[in-house]
Amino acid sequence: MAAIKGRIVVDTERCKGCAVCVAACPFEVLALTRGVNGKGYHFSFMDQPERCTGCASCALVCPDSCITVFRQLKKQDAI
Amino acid sequence: MSMAEVCNANEQLVYAKNSLVTDNVMHYCPGCSHGTIHKVIAEVVSDMGLENRCIGVSPVGCSVLAYNYIDIDWAEAAHGRACAVATGIKRVCPDKMVFTYQGDGDLAAIGTGETIHACNRGENITVIYVNNAIYGMTGGQMSPTTLPGMVTATSPLGRDVKLHGYPYKIGDMVAMLDGVCYVTRQAVNSPANVRKAKKAVRTAFENSMAGKGLSLVEFVATCSSGWKLTPVAANRWMEENLFPAYPLGDIKNV
Repeated sequence: MAAIKGRIVVDTERCKGCAVCVAACPFEVLALTRGVNGKGYHFSFMDQPERCTGCASCALVCPDSCITVFRQLKKQDAI
Repeated sequence: MSMAEVCNANEQLVYAKNSLVTDNVMHYCPGCSHGTIHKVIAEVVSDMGLENRCIGVSPVGCSVLAYNYIDIDWAEAAHGRACAVATGIKRVCPDKMVFTYQGDGDLAAIGTGETIHACNRGENITVIYVNNAIYGMTGGQMSPTTLPGMVTATSPLGRDVKLHGYPYKIGDMVAMLDGVCYVTRQAVNSPANVRKAKKAVRTAFENSMAGKGLSLVEFVATCSSGWKLTPVAANRWMEENLFPAYPLGDIKNV
């Protein structure tokens, strides 16, 4: 069975580094960067992108609505 | 369109920021439940197609600036008087969806009278009540819903029930009133709870539009700054301590 693949994009300037998404991710994809954004927050990023399934758990709990989630289409559905 | 919204040809968009959530960066502390609850409300308003017919009443407290973050019409009420203002708006504009957004300091302390009487009159409004058991904006003082033994800025030895009384269970209390059609207690600490919260807010909004009476959605929420915890630890603390005192689920649904 081919694994479902997903991808997230974090609005890094909007992210406040609360790490609620890191705790909510069921596949331990996310982590906080060592570096900081313009406001001095360690923002969230995909530490293990290959494990992401695009389940959107991180985006659902994000208080600042800074996560966009994409999921790869199955081969027969691809445009 | 920003880069975040660009979808590759072999991908589908699963989740993006709702268009009713404005681009203003929220003033809330990192991890604050208010942001998630705002998002839930925006998504429900958007799903129901009420963008142009929805009026919110914002309170005094951390969420006083809620009107900056959800792109609908808002009115600002004096401290605790959101239910009274919402009553007026709904009676003048009965075809509008009117809701109040209040914290425990606003609704359960200074505004208890307005809230109970609006509930008893059965106004066709929705009350969103965010209960984090502390006064967040003013620096973490004890609120009426603070748990016994809980340490706050004004109860450094923990809340003493002999001196300060017991936590106020607004949800259970207003459920007894005939004017109230729906009372539920929700949280936004996990993806599953966010989904449930969205359903609850939708039910409440539908009740208001159907003229069934007042709906109250209580959110058990975190205040990581007031509790002096990290956002993730605050969620855990809430699960361990607040959920037993304020159990989640529907209290009344008629």
